[in-house]
Amino acid sequence: MTSREFFDKMQTIDRRWIFLLISLAVIIPLLFEFSFTELATPEVSAIYNRIEGLQQEVGRRPRTLISFDFDPPSEPELMPMAISLIRHLVIRNHQIYMMALWPIGQQEADDVVRQYLEPEFPQYTYGEDYMTFGFQPGGAGLINVIVNDFRKFFSVDSRNNPIDSLPMMADVVNLFDMDLILDLSAGAPGIKEWVQFGGDRTGVPVAGCVTAVQAPLMYPYYPRQMFGMLGGMKAAAEYESLVLEAYGAESDDPRISADARFLGIRRMGPQTFAHLVIILFIIIGNIAFFATRGQRGASRLTVDS
Amino acid sequence: MEATTKKTIIYIVLGAFALWLILWTAFGPMESPFSWQGLGLWVAAFLSLSILSFLYDDNPFYKVAESLFIGVSAAYYIVYSTWNALVNYLLVKLWPSAAKNLIPELEIKEIHIGEWLWYFLALVMGIMLVWRLAPKGGWISRWPLAVLVGWAAGMNLTRYLVSDFTKQVQTTLIPLVVLQPDGGSIAWYETLSNITLVGGVLCGLIYFFFSVEHKGVFGKASRLGIWIIMITFGAAFGYTVMGRVALLVGRMEFLFVDWMRIVAQ
Repeated sequence: MTSREFFDKMQTIDRRWIFLLISLAVIIPLLFEFSFTELATPEVSAIYNRIEGLQQEVGRRPRTLISFDFDPPSEPELMPMAISLIRHLVIRNHQIYMMALWPIGQQEADDVVRQYLEPEFPQYTYGEDYMTFGFQPGGAGLINVIVNDFRKFFSVDSRNNPIDSLPMMADVVNLFDMDLILDLSAGAPGIKEWVQFGGDRTGVPVAGCVTAVQAPLMYPYYPRQMFGMLGGMKAAAEYESLVLEAYGAESDDPRISADARFLGIRRMGPQTFAHLVIILFIIIGNIAFFATRGQRGASRLTVDS
Repeated sequence: MEATTKKTIIYIVLGAFALWLILWTAFGPMESPFSWQGLGLWVAAFLSLSILSFLYDDNPFYKVAESLFIGVSAAYYIVYSTWNALVNYLLVKLWPSAAKNLIPELEIKEIHIGEWLWYFLALVMGIMLVWRLAPKGGWISRWPLAVLVGWAAGMNLTRYLVSDFTKQVQTTLIPLVVLQPDGGSIAWYETLSNITLVGGVLCGLIYFFFSVEHKGVFGKASRLGIWIIMITFGAAFGYTVMGRVALLVGRMEFLFVDWMRIVAQ
């Protein structure tokens, strides 16, 4: 086969061969558990450092609101972020207030609590150290209201306890009482609404933990209106590596269990190989296009004449 | 390759896979489908594979999984919205005893007549909104729609003006030459970064400025503007690919780790 024939063939390759190669690029690293060292970018480090130093900054136990604005289709990207953030917040002794602007977001929060927070940190008590407001409809309107008063929307929490019966709500009236807002966002309502109606109005620092699709749209808000951002699986792995480095098995810190799953780091192996295959196909496609351009031009001339 | 040969190969591959699954379930770590958790895993795996089978070609398994997904999603959201919005917000205010019958653990708070009327107004507007489905009087839905549009415009206008305009302009007002903290030499990375940011914004805006002919310096800036926009689109596309691959990785992890248990959890 001459090089020209090869490039012609590449131009008309059946798309199913590409699907097969991408699948293999994902499956093989998954089976052999390939992973890479992740170096945190400034957007990711900003969130980590803020959580680390917040207690010193506010001079008391920090209060962090974390909103679960996603559903199962975005779980592969956002769940690793949610787990790492919750682990880090607990280790740094934050009071965690969870809520959801998406209906299924509440179930995602419950999954994190049931599968990670409760088994890994049994000393953390519901109502004193963490609580879940639950889902309420309204999106931007809801944020607009809780800027003034949480109790207007949430008279009970997601477990049907009256809000006023929870000790950690004793000194909390509205969004101004929070020290940090973290949003796990997969679309609207999500991070944009939290920046516009939450952070910009109250001055409470906001960070976005978003899907890769959303990330480029949110960059204009960084770093003034959004002090940090986790964008897609890569950022999730970077954040995990920061937590792991500081508190993980290597540092013998008992606060993270030895069998803790770091989903982002684990998934970045297959992700990287899939990217390499895509890049390879882009390069081959371009070479094939330019190599056969003269030929196509000639054949068009022949047809025209 | 002939169509019948292709079909034969597909049947052989599927048969071998099914046989392997049976053996792996019987003698390996894979959970059998004869427990509630196992059944859930098997149904999820079957539906995932059915959807992925579309990558080869359209087929009945894909159609069933697609229809099931649409039906379940629609039903879930209808039920969720009914309970969360209609019962939890409206019924509980307008007719507390009925809401208490539906959800016994619900905490009922008395509301005064003024507040009750607001909720009643919301109910009336809600009915007017769905009136467009009636064969006559579709125009009635325009009134609550007008209220919705007015509310959204009023609420969003100021926020967008502050967050997406004023603050964005502020963010672009940055020094083009940044000095090191000691004030002596130029911080080249920050300087270059700021120049790129300001230059990119200006050239991007110039591209969309049509009152002046795009030639000379203006034309060159406009040309640079389109390059910057294209690079932005490229970055956005790259991020999208990353997102889609992440979803594929998530599904494959479910199939190979959670379902087949070839890799340890």
